[in-house]
Amino acid sequence: MIVVENLHKTYSTGLGRKGKKGKDNGNGKGDGDRNSNRNGDVKALNGVTFRVNKGEIHGIIGPDGAGKSTLFRILTSLLLPDEGPSKVTVAGYDVVRDFREIRQIIGYMPGRFSLYQDLTVEENLNFFATLFNTTVKENYHVIKDIYGQIEPFKDRRAGALSGGMKQKLALSCALVHRPTVLFLDEPTTGVDPVSRQEFWEILDRLSEQGITILVSTAYMDEANRCTRISLMQAGRFMATDTPKGITESYDELLWSVEGERMPALLAELRAHPDVKTAFAFGDNHHVTVKERLSVDALREYLTGKGFNEVRVTPIEPTVEDAFMKASMEVLNGNE
Amino acid sequence: MGNVIEVRGLTKRFGNFTAVDRISFNVKEGEIFGFLGANGAGKTTAIQMLCGISKPSGGTGTVAGFDINKESEKIKRNIGYMSQRFSLYEDLRVWENIRLFGGIYGLSEKVIAEKTDELLERLDFASERNTMVKSLPLGWKQKLAFSVAIFHEPKIVFLDEPTGGVDPAMRRQFWEMIYDAAERGITVFVTTHYMDEAEYCDRVSIMVDGRIDALDTPKELRRTHHAASMEEVFTQLARQAKRVE
Repeated sequence: MIVVENLHKTYSTGLGRKGKKGKDNGNGKGDGDRNSNRNGDVKALNGVTFRVNKGEIHGIIGPDGAGKSTLFRILTSLLLPDEGPSKVTVAGYDVVRDFREIRQIIGYMPGRFSLYQDLTVEENLNFFATLFNTTVKENYHVIKDIYGQIEPFKDRRAGALSGGMKQKLALSCALVHRPTVLFLDEPTTGVDPVSRQEFWEILDRLSEQGITILVSTAYMDEANRCTRISLMQAGRFMATDTPKGITESYDELLWSVEGERMPALLAELRAHPDVKTAFAFGDNHHVTVKERLSVDALREYLTGKGFNEVRVTPIEPTVEDAFMKASMEVLNGNE
Repeated sequence: MGNVIEVRGLTKRFGNFTAVDRISFNVKEGEIFGFLGANGAGKTTAIQMLCGISKPSGGTGTVAGFDINKESEKIKRNIGYMSQRFSLYEDLRVWENIRLFGGIYGLSEKVIAEKTDELLERLDFASERNTMVKSLPLGWKQKLAFSVAIFHEPKIVFLDEPTGGVDPAMRRQFWEMIYDAAERGITVFVTTHYMDEAEYCDRVSIMVDGRIDALDTPKELRRTHHAASMEEVFTQLARQAKRVE
């Protein structure tokens, strides 16, 4: 449904960053939110290649500044890619040549709320339906699930809605012309965990209706709700696979360490010569270790350092572990 | 150790809608306090009252030792604030941002100059002194924004979703800065939608429909709610909400 091959996008800032790339950020890692060259040009997308199959929920997982919104704007024909030997099509239409066709068949919910604040809920919805030569009535079955929840407030101005309701209205407006492909750019940013779960249940039901969905998020835990995901950092795709495939291809020895005085424990773990990385993961720490270290040896070491009741357990990686590993490789190799 | 925040029956009504409904709690000096709740539960309104920018409809209390009903100007001078949306001026250089905020909080030119050198040194930012903030990578901006928020050495700093959208490694580095600040005696009051971050707090409160329905250490909250994670605790409580947005 979506084919992207070797997509590049460069922004010219004219700022000129005088040879400061690859600067150490205090943690021994380069800080590569953006790749910029000496002319100040920013490489927002750097050879992105992936495919989205029909009916998939495909997640683009990456932090702010990774290039997610740039990718969405190009796929929705709102921004031109760099010229060069690349291929970018949506439902077989070329994003540059066939932009008119593409705009008819896609729904797009941008990251920033972009409905008309001075129109009511109902007026906004009617407006977007009219733009696509359709009516709310004709496609009510598509939006019923979501719009039904805000319909009691249909006479309220969009600007006066709460965050959660704005989100539902924006999704309704993106769906009212019954699109084939739905583009959702960070629909859950700033949304609490329960409302996020509800939002993903809505996406599941849209997917069952046959709508292909490309959705971006900075929340790693949402990766598991997708059919397939792409991990994105610094304008590059680091991996594309099912969430299971991503975690299965993780090849580090990963242990969970729990105990008292967690911040001090973290510092002690990092000081151990056979510990490669150590990061806080909620109520436990995740550490990757060299093969010669054993669970018992690490526990005894920590006990010797005065940490009582330490538990060390081998665990399965999460998408976040995989993301952090891949991301470190990309950022370190960024010079 | 004293309390940096003490509020009793704090309430905010808009017409006949009660956004914050008689909340009472203390935050201890040097504590990292997590302030959780679903969207629309009343967190932002509560924080606005605590920071002295919104007048309570009812209740009493002090923040940094000043009365929230009578001394809102003094509160503003004695707290730090940072949110993800607004933190620094993009079109000013690094040193200009520091000087601006130092000046707003009434520090002298001399003190600002000395502290600026020390701060840039500590962050390993000395070579970025003259860089426009807009051309800094996001992770650096976050670090700088936090440092600027506590530049005037407030008793307490309010962090409103400071890590939204930040990449996983950077998010953890940011929390290490929070720990450093707490160790230097600055109380940290933080909101987040990342439930793993709730675990990093000394104590956590969870707001539901304008009330504080739970307040304890993460460990105790998990135990009393028979939950394996803070995410479960949060879900249990938030699903009880009756308020229609």
